[in-house]
Amino acid sequence: MPIHFRLNGVETDIDADPDASLLSILRGQLGMIGPHFGCGANECGACNVLIGDHAVASCDTPLWSVADKDVTTIEGLGNPEAPHPLQRAFIAEQALQCGYCVSGILMSAAALLRQNPNPTNTDVRNALDRNLCRCGSHNRMVRAILRAAAEMQTP
Amino acid sequence: MTSPATTPAPSPAAPKLLPSLAANPMLSSWIKFAPEGHVIVSPGKVEIGQGIVTALAQIAADELDVDLARVQMVRTTTAGSPNEGVTSGSLSVQHSGRAIRQACAEIRQMFLTAASDRLGVGTEVLAVSDGTISGPGNVQTSYWELAADVALDRPATPGIVPKSPDQRALAGESVQRLDVPDKVFGRPRFIQDTKLPGMLHGRVMRPELAAATLTSLNEDGARAVAGLVAIVRDGNFVGVVSETEAGAEAALKALRKSAAWSPGEALPDENHVSDWLKTQPAESSVISSKAASQPIETTQTIRRQYSRPYIAHGSIAPSCAMAQWTGDDRVRVWTHSQGVYLLRSDLSMVLKLPPDHITVEHMEGAGCYGHNAADDVALDAILLAKAAGGRPVRVLWSRADEMSHAPFGAAMRMEVEADLDAQGEIVAWRHTVWSNGHSARPGRPDMPGLLAGTELAKPFPRSISGNPPAANGGGGDRNSVPLYDFPSWHIESHRLLTMPVRTSALRTLGAQGNVFAIESFLDELAAERGEDPVEFRLRHMKDPRARDVISAAAKRANWKPAPRDGVGYGIGFARYKNTGAYCAVVAEIEGAEDISVKRLTLAVDVGEAINPDGVINQIEGGAIQATSWVLKERVRFDSTRITSNSWSEYPILRFTEVPEVDIEIIPRPDMEPLGAGEAAHGPVAAAIANAVYDALGVRVRDLPITRDSLIAAMELS
Repeated sequence: MPIHFRLNGVETDIDADPDASLLSILRGQLGMIGPHFGCGANECGACNVLIGDHAVASCDTPLWSVADKDVTTIEGLGNPEAPHPLQRAFIAEQALQCGYCVSGILMSAAALLRQNPNPTNTDVRNALDRNLCRCGSHNRMVRAILRAAAEMQTP
Repeated sequence: MTSPATTPAPSPAAPKLLPSLAANPMLSSWIKFAPEGHVIVSPGKVEIGQGIVTALAQIAADELDVDLARVQMVRTTTAGSPNEGVTSGSLSVQHSGRAIRQACAEIRQMFLTAASDRLGVGTEVLAVSDGTISGPGNVQTSYWELAADVALDRPATPGIVPKSPDQRALAGESVQRLDVPDKVFGRPRFIQDTKLPGMLHGRVMRPELAAATLTSLNEDGARAVAGLVAIVRDGNFVGVVSETEAGAEAALKALRKSAAWSPGEALPDENHVSDWLKTQPAESSVISSKAASQPIETTQTIRRQYSRPYIAHGSIAPSCAMAQWTGDDRVRVWTHSQGVYLLRSDLSMVLKLPPDHITVEHMEGAGCYGHNAADDVALDAILLAKAAGGRPVRVLWSRADEMSHAPFGAAMRMEVEADLDAQGEIVAWRHTVWSNGHSARPGRPDMPGLLAGTELAKPFPRSISGNPPAANGGGGDRNSVPLYDFPSWHIESHRLLTMPVRTSALRTLGAQGNVFAIESFLDELAAERGEDPVEFRLRHMKDPRARDVISAAAKRANWKPAPRDGVGYGIGFARYKNTGAYCAVVAEIEGAEDISVKRLTLAVDVGEAINPDGVINQIEGGAIQATSWVLKERVRFDSTRITSNSWSEYPILRFTEVPEVDIEIIPRPDMEPLGAGEAAHGPVAAAIANAVYDALGVRVRDLPITRDSLIAAMELS
């Protein structure tokens, strides 16, 4: 029985081991390389995607558990032609160094802004606390997320 | 390198080529013009998240007078890029940047001459704007029109003078990095995200125990896994190749279950590493010795010892490589190694193939912060790809292997002594460091430094890490010579000749440990005298650029804010390698049991800052990473194995723990550009320790500064 879910708004049926990790299916059969493998143990956040409105580590999420749900990866957040305000803000603030953690961090930030459109600096840090960044770009990322939030608040 | 004995000394007037140009003199190896209006720039240095590719593009665009958008940067490959050794030591702007600037300056002149011939006007009346060369009376041509007439296949000429700083339009501008858009839109940029046609997946089984050997293995379980292509075994090197990544993981798991290993080798006691370092056989050298101009009587000697633990690189991405064989004797490998030519040299030794049968191409990886498993996994992929019938094989390490089998930054013990005269002034200074070597990078002439090489049935010996020569900044001894004006000193380094814990280059090499020791000890001496630590430093420092950053950081931090309960301020300073960037920092910390760093205020002098925002990004990142090392990081092990092989066992600084970072760049557009990536680590380590003392009156001399080390330090004092 194929498993059905919506991936970046597209109805998707996938015939795979239901116990396989969502990350392995996304990066393998579905060719979505935006979510990154970092640890495989839900300890770094590099593979974060949205399930519904929540940021979740896809390495630690079995495929069966997303049946009939909405899954959003960084590829579904925006693109160069229609960037999400978060992506625009990360470019404007040059909010990364190596950037390997960024696709997961953007998804944690997107989840935060869906739940709290007007976060404080502390809210942002709390929301990103499970995401690791090794280059030390944390403060720039927080600034970029606050900038995106402000932009999204402006009518 | 040429030997000084056989090279005639150049006359002082004869201009010389810059080192990178001298090694790769052909102009065409650096710069080419594509007919459709692009400039193609081939650096020998690689992007590791530090933004170097953008800075080099800026330099080329500036010197040639073309828009940045016309510059295409070529990934480094042994199939044609200039050989600039390794991307390390904060030298990429100094080496590659200056070489590209020089080459572009000459090329611009060559095109102006060609344009003058074609247009019939003198070069002095020609101007270049975005690659179009124009002169009086609306005559014009362009780099691209003239490209066929200007032969770049010729060696660079010494003595060409590039533009003066005031003629540069792009250098000094914070242009946006070229690689950032791909990374925020999740487009493939990293080697981990690259798929080659027909690509297979490989995994390597490594022992949990240190240097254990494989005593038995049953392959049946792995052979039963769907999609298996091959099981490769050569001595203790064992890996699987599968049609799918999941298949490779499953086969590896089955293999691991069936494997039996020998007990492995003993590791030192993790709680007494500093003492253990001093008991090991070592190669000892005097790094610097300076005698006082006249004998001064010593009335008191103060001694302190400091240490730092083994520190992991901890890249967020596990190391990855792809390899593909053509026949039995030609192989191509894609790697995030920091030195493609050096890796090729090691591969050539292991594979017993001539270097020109091996092509090593760089692809971007995640930040590596030094020599991690990037080179090791390249050999892994090559060995597994041998069994893939000409198809490419991608190998990815596990998080656990990345945290336990990749080299670590070496643990260090520093003993520092000062002789004081009757007035309590420093008259002599002694600094001794014990540590494993800080580099086992590929590229040694005698033996390869790749992990799988030591696992083969006919193994290469495990090479004991060495230290780069003093001319390259040294290793364990890096920054051990004080920049301060003490009347005399004696500096010694002991490099261990045993290496139970694998070590190699980690950002700053020994500088973080040595600067932590020097700057902590200075603070202790200032406190003994009841003297302000900033004043104390300035009183012993003549170098005006050093004085400027110390004063600027202090001023920016309102040194010294009024004392508050549980809050402390500390300063740290260093000039990286004593030849690189200057950095001073004031740390503000808070806490009693658990220390939190609230704010770091830095002043830096990197000479000409090509991309100021890039410099700030590097300094800020370095300062935050340094805070993580100081407050949290320590590789853990028991008597037989590395135990800190996950992020929960090896925690790093999190978003809620990151300090505010405020940075001032001292403008020096006329000075040689200096790398920024490693300037902050040492000063930040010391500034935090000094701030902890200021707040709590407790001197922590053994890193990291944790609740446990605070309690231990309180018991000592």
